[in-house]
Amino acid sequence: MTADVSLHERPEPDPEPERVLRTVDLAVGYRSRGVRRAVLEHVNLSVHPGELVCLLGPNGIGKSTLLRTLARMQPALWGSIELAGTEIRSMSAVALARRVGVVLTERIVVEALSVRRIVELGRYPYSGWFGGLTDADRAVVDWAIDAVGARHLVNRDVSQLSDGERQRVMIARALAQEPMLLVLDEPTAFLDVPSRVELMALLRQLTRAGKLAVVVSTHDLELALRSADTVWLVMPGGELRCGAPEDVIVSGGIARAFEGRHVRFHGEERSFRWLTGHSGSATVRGYGVHAAMAKSVLEREGFAVDAETGDSAGPIVVASESGWRWSQNGTEASGKDFASLAAWLRKRSRVS
Amino acid sequence: MNKREALMLVGLVVLLAAVLLLSLALGSTAVPLPSVVRALFGSSPDHDSAALVVWTIRLPRSLTAVLAGAALGIAGLQMQTLFRNPLADPFALGISSGASLGVALVILGAGYGPAIAFGSSMGMRGDALITAAAIVGAGVVLTLVLLVSNRIANPTTVLILGLMFGYAVSAIVTVLVGASQPERLQQWAQWGFGSFSGVTWQRLRLFGPLTLFGILIAASTTKQLNALLLGENYAKSMGLAVKRARLLTMLGASVLGAVVTAFCGPISFLGIAVPHLCRGLLGSSDHRTLVPAVVLLGGTVALVAQIVSLLPGSAGILPLNAVTSLMGAPIVVAVLLRSRRGAFAA
Repeated sequence: MTADVSLHERPEPDPEPERVLRTVDLAVGYRSRGVRRAVLEHVNLSVHPGELVCLLGPNGIGKSTLLRTLARMQPALWGSIELAGTEIRSMSAVALARRVGVVLTERIVVEALSVRRIVELGRYPYSGWFGGLTDADRAVVDWAIDAVGARHLVNRDVSQLSDGERQRVMIARALAQEPMLLVLDEPTAFLDVPSRVELMALLRQLTRAGKLAVVVSTHDLELALRSADTVWLVMPGGELRCGAPEDVIVSGGIARAFEGRHVRFHGEERSFRWLTGHSGSATVRGYGVHAAMAKSVLEREGFAVDAETGDSAGPIVVASESGWRWSQNGTEASGKDFASLAAWLRKRSRVS
Repeated sequence: MNKREALMLVGLVVLLAAVLLLSLALGSTAVPLPSVVRALFGSSPDHDSAALVVWTIRLPRSLTAVLAGAALGIAGLQMQTLFRNPLADPFALGISSGASLGVALVILGAGYGPAIAFGSSMGMRGDALITAAAIVGAGVVLTLVLLVSNRIANPTTVLILGLMFGYAVSAIVTVLVGASQPERLQQWAQWGFGSFSGVTWQRLRLFGPLTLFGILIAASTTKQLNALLLGENYAKSMGLAVKRARLLTMLGASVLGAVVTAFCGPISFLGIAVPHLCRGLLGSSDHRTLVPAVVLLGGTVALVAQIVSLLPGSAGILPLNAVTSLMGAPIVVAVLLRSRRGAFAA
């Protein structure tokens, strides 16, 4: 346990006051029976207006804890969090809600409430004692609904929306708080692939106006690396790396954070590939999609596929529209589709 | 508020007024409606026995029913929204059991004789003593539950905690019942039936302001309840001080439940059913319309139960508690089955 020194020390004034968010030597984690257990320590981050930040890292490493702490849904253990230069501990609940909007993974279970009323709830920190809305409030609600493209949903009941539509509505509700920072904890977790892409595109579009900053955690590595302005990568062990996605890829950070027994991150493709080679190596000849598919089959069966060298001693697979042909040391095989290629490779590996 | 909701609320006001008049007219002897109206506005002859019955017996009883029903309805709504649980009711934190224990200790316990003696020395009649005992019992249990729940983050755990307290306290009551003499059991059972008839004008002077005040406090949490619809995490992120709101809601709803129990006995079912009926009727979970609706419909349902419990006429009365449940349970089932839009229907 580190001594609790920095908690009461005021950090230096932010040299860049236009920043949306700054953390200084922040530690996040849990307290139980007076003992603080840090999940992430020495976190120094900043977010600028109009920035889309993706928080990446393996499961259970503390991404949610960090986001919950940034949104003051749980207290920081040490260090400070400043929103536009103001320490969040000193803000009232309403003042905070006017600066930070939150979207969570959890499915809301409310029934019999229209989309418009859900978005209107976002005016909570502005509305009066009984929650009555002014015309200005309604204008913001309309703006938020349009911003997420949910105009056609306004009169629908939330319980009848798809998961993707519902998350959109929850984002509109957060936007209705007119925040400078939107924090989203795995908002795409329950969504199908097109909805995930749509949601990420929406977040990107929201930040393009240049004011709103977004911090979003996701498991969708490839999508995040393609969409984010900045990546916060939590390494195993709790080190936090920040940078443009491309820099984080080139530094090998992603590959190391997501190291697996069977897969490896491939930077150029921004995706995972099977670790290959235990079945030997092979050469593929041919063009276009047929050659690519033959390569895919070979890799799945454990071959390291090398580029055309011409003098390879290993097997050679020729792929074309009419099918595939395998040749190695006089052994020949051929077939019409890739299922038969896979079957042949499996049969061969059982024999040898 | 859309057109449908506005119409519904107007309809509920009219319904409440109609049932209120009906409850004044019906009873062991029927009083014609014109006489009821005359009695209400004081323009009937002084020695009109019908007016006397309406004014001194039926009006306080009906007002009690309206207030009790409204209180239980709004308290049930608060608890269901706070705990996001369709089964929650004003007694979710064990206060009904606490009130029972207080009353059981007075009626059944060894302290009966001394308690009566103490009560009369303080100028309290039997029923006032029972009311006081119920309030004390409910208060003790509520304090314990709130103290423990303050250390608990998860609302469902708080609900289970209340349930467990309720079980434990009920067990003590059962022990008391098992060890008592038959004639006292009769009095105990009488209390358990529930009744709006025990509240006279004099007692209404205390019961009325207490419930009205509680209902107003509860109604002022409308905005917080709406935020809580999305769960405590979202409510917090939208600027609700969740811990304080939770404590105030539990306290307010429980006090309403305790006051009603103390004056009318344990009235089950109303608190759980009325919010469901209102959501079904309005097709909305928005508390800006639900809150007035549960107040109006709660009062109406309590009045109807009161009327039905007197139906046997000279043959006696049905236990109010049995009427509320027997009458209401099928209605709620029907509403839940018919409307997929009812909250929690999925």
